Amino acid sequence: MTRYTGTAIALHWLMAILILGICGVGLYMTGLPLSPTKLQIYSWHKWAGVTAFLLALVRIAWRARHRPPALPVAMPHWQQIAAHGGHALLYVLMVAIPLTGWLMSSAKGFQTVYFGVLPIPDLLAKDKELGDLLRDVHATLNYLMIAIVAGHVGAALKHHFIDRDDILTRMAPRHSRKEQSA
Amino acid sequence: MRFATAALAVLAVTTAHAEEYNAIQADKSAVAFVYRQMNVPVDGRFGKFAAQLKFDPAKPAAASASIDLDLASIDAGSAEANDEVAGKLWFNTKAHPTARFVASSFRPLGGNRYEAVGKLTIKGRTQDMTAPFTFSTQGRAGIAEGALTIRRADFGIGEGIWADFGTVANEVQIKFRLLAEAQPNKK
Ligand code: HEM
Repeated sequence: MTRYTGTAIALHWLMAILILGICGVGLYMTGLPLSPTKLQIYSWHKWAGVTAFLLALVRIAWRARHRPPALPVAMPHWQQIAAHGGHALLYVLMVAIPLTGWLMSSAKGFQTVYFGVLPIPDLLAKDKELGDLLRDVHATLNYLMIAIVAGHVGAALKHHFIDRDDILTRMAPRHSRKEQSA
Repeated sequence: MRFATAALAVLAVTTAHAEEYNAIQADKSAVAFVYRQMNVPVDGRFGKFAAQLKFDPAKPAAASASIDLDLASIDAGSAEANDEVAGKLWFNTKAHPTARFVASSFRPLGGNRYEAVGKLTIKGRTQDMTAPFTFSTQGRAGIAEGALTIRRADFGIGEGIWADFGTVANEVQIKFRLLAEAQPNKK
C-alpha cells in the first residue's frame, strides 16, 4: 500500500481547511468591538469548532482501523520519530482545542447551541476565573498547533521538492480513478 | 384561665391570617433575567434594587408594591456586556439610572397564586405590565416569587445595530423573588 485511503485523504484536506479557517477567525474575532456581527462570528466559530471536533472523532476512528502507508526507509530515524510524534500531537490538538473552547464557553456562562438549534450541555458551571484560564489554554494550544502545522507543511514540502519522495503525493487527492486506492 | 388560653389561641390564629408582609429583606431577595443571544439563553441579574411591599395574602386588594432597579448594578452575563448595555443604545444608564415597576392593583388567581398589575418604566418609556407570582410563607417571612416576559423593543432597549432580533431576541424574561418579613410596627 503506497497511498492513503480516499477517506483519509478527504478528511485530511477537509479538516485542514476547516481548522485553519476556524483558527484564523478565532484570532480575528477576539479583537472586534462588541456588535451583532461579533456575536454571529463567535457563534459560527463555535459551530464550526464543534463540527471539526466531530470530524476529528470520525478521523481518529478511521485511522485506528487503517494503518497509513509506511514512511520511506531512507528517512533518518529521528525524522521518523518526529513525524509520528507530530502527527500524534496533531490528533491530540484536534480534540483538545475544541474541547477547551466548549469548556471555556460554559465557564464564561455561554452555553453552546449547535447551529442555534441543538443545545450542547454545559459540563462546567459559570466561573469567571476558570473561564479566563480556559481561554488562555485554548489560545496556547492554538499557538502550539500553528507551530506544529508550520513544521508539518515545511516537512511535506521538503519531502516533495528536496527529497523528491512520494510523501506529499500519497496524501494528495487523485483525479484519475484508476490510480485511486481503497 | 382556660378561657384566657383559648382566647389567646384564637387571637394568635387570627393575627396569623391577617399578617401583612411589609419589610423587604434585600439580601434574601433577587431580581434576575434571562435573554437570548444567538438563541443561547444568558443569565443576568440586578445587584442592587429598592423594593417596597405591603402584602397580606388574605387581602390582596389592599396590597401595594414598587421596585426600583439600579441599572448600574446590572450583570448582563459578562464584563463586555455590562459595559455595552450602559450605553445610549441600551439602557442609557447615565440619563435613566433606574427602572421602576409600580403595582396599582393585585388580583388573586386561586390557591397561592396572585398577579400584580402595574406600570413598568424603563429608559423613560412606560408600559402596562402584569406580574404573576406565588406567595408562600416561611416562618415570619413571606416570599413572592414570579416571572414575566417583557419585549425589549417596547422600551427602546437595544436600538440601532441591535434593533434586529436575530442576534438578541426581543423577549426578555424577568424573574423576581421578594422576601418580606411581617413587622407589625411598620404599618
Ligand atoms: C478546530 C477547533 C477550533 C480552533 C482551531 C479554534 C481556534 C481559536 C483561536 C485561534 C482563538 C483565538 C485565541 C486568542 O488568541 O485569544 C479562539 C478563540 C475562541 N474560541 Fe476557539 N477554536 C476552535 C473551537 C472552538 C469551539 C468548539 C468553541 C466553543 C464551543 C470555541 C470557542 C472560542 C471562544 C469563545 C473564543 C474567544 C475567547 C475570548 O473571547 O477571549 N472554539 N479559538
